[in-house]
Amino acid sequence: MGQVTLHAITVLGHDRPGIIAETTGKLAGLGLNLEDSTMTLLRGHFAMMLVCEGDAADSEIESALAPLTADGSLTVTVREVPTEETQAAEGTSWILSVHGGDRPGIVSAVVGVVAGVGGNITDLTTRLAGDLYLLVAEVDLPPAADVAAVERELASVAAELGVGVSLRAAETDEL
Amino acid sequence: MTVNTRVLEWTESDLGVAGTLREVVRAPAPVLSTVGDTVDPTSPDVVRLAADLVATMRVSPGCVGLAAPQVGVGAKVFCVDVSAHPKTRDHHGTFVLCNAEVVSGSRNEKAREGCMSVPDFTGDVKRPSRIVVRGQLPGTGEDVELEAEAFEARALQHEIDHCDGLLFLDRAAGAHAVYARKTYL
Repeated sequence: MGQVTLHAITVLGHDRPGIIAETTGKLAGLGLNLEDSTMTLLRGHFAMMLVCEGDAADSEIESALAPLTADGSLTVTVREVPTEETQAAEGTSWILSVHGGDRPGIVSAVVGVVAGVGGNITDLTTRLAGDLYLLVAEVDLPPAADVAAVERELASVAAELGVGVSLRAAETDEL
Repeated sequence: MTVNTRVLEWTESDLGVAGTLREVVRAPAPVLSTVGDTVDPTSPDVVRLAADLVATMRVSPGCVGLAAPQVGVGAKVFCVDVSAHPKTRDHHGTFVLCNAEVVSGSRNEKAREGCMSVPDFTGDVKRPSRIVVRGQLPGTGEDVELEAEAFEARALQHEIDHCDGLLFLDRAAGAHAVYARKTYL
């Protein structure tokens, strides 16, 4: 394979039907190939991030997507990014869940424990509904991590915050 | 749960032919997304295929089941052996079923599945944890019905899905329920 040019694109703003269809239609029109993407609603706001591959210049992509931003309801960013090597993790995979009464600092305190042992978060969702705050994360811990100690520290941090925490192995059934 | 002793006693030596290893195909091979043909379980070709599936399963690390589409054959034949897996409860050892279908199921449970034919992803799939499966044994062609639970139930449904042209990706529990694989067997 020759030189590959990747572009990271974000689309944020007021949700309505058709945003993804319009965005991907414009990208396809430029001959760009969609690779990884994720989209969700964050407190009702449309939020999409994607990485696509193709020769178009960032400025060309911005022009093509300009109609989306014309009425001010959406913000689009386009940036060329390098190819990242994905490496197989040697450690263990876990699912971290935290929930409890909402208060500032829950996420930073909990993920600080993970970062403190060199753990890496590979997927994260947080939600607030009424007074209930929820965090679910996919966590890779390095081979040397003392999982029991991580669990104890998480429990201690959670107790200070008055929230519940659980760390479960992300086991895969190989079939 | 009642174990079907006929299925439990069955082994690949009942087939009377030695299996040869086949190459496992990976998505997006079209055969993996094609409904397999119904087969005559007494035909020599099917008996050979059954032996090949068991032989290929045996040499694949961590493999507890293999369906004909995974070796490039669009047919309703699969083998299963969960006896050595730590999550297994009651089980039926090694067996091959032809034209199998799930008759009934209950007690849905969600678990993360991986598949030799989809090596770069894992995904959360909800499936009944107690099922009744009906099919035919290769060679004799006799009809069998068996109850399965827990890990064996999941493995059977995963393999029957393969025979119907379905991957676990087709049953992903949500838009954020498929994950890039981090560790390989």
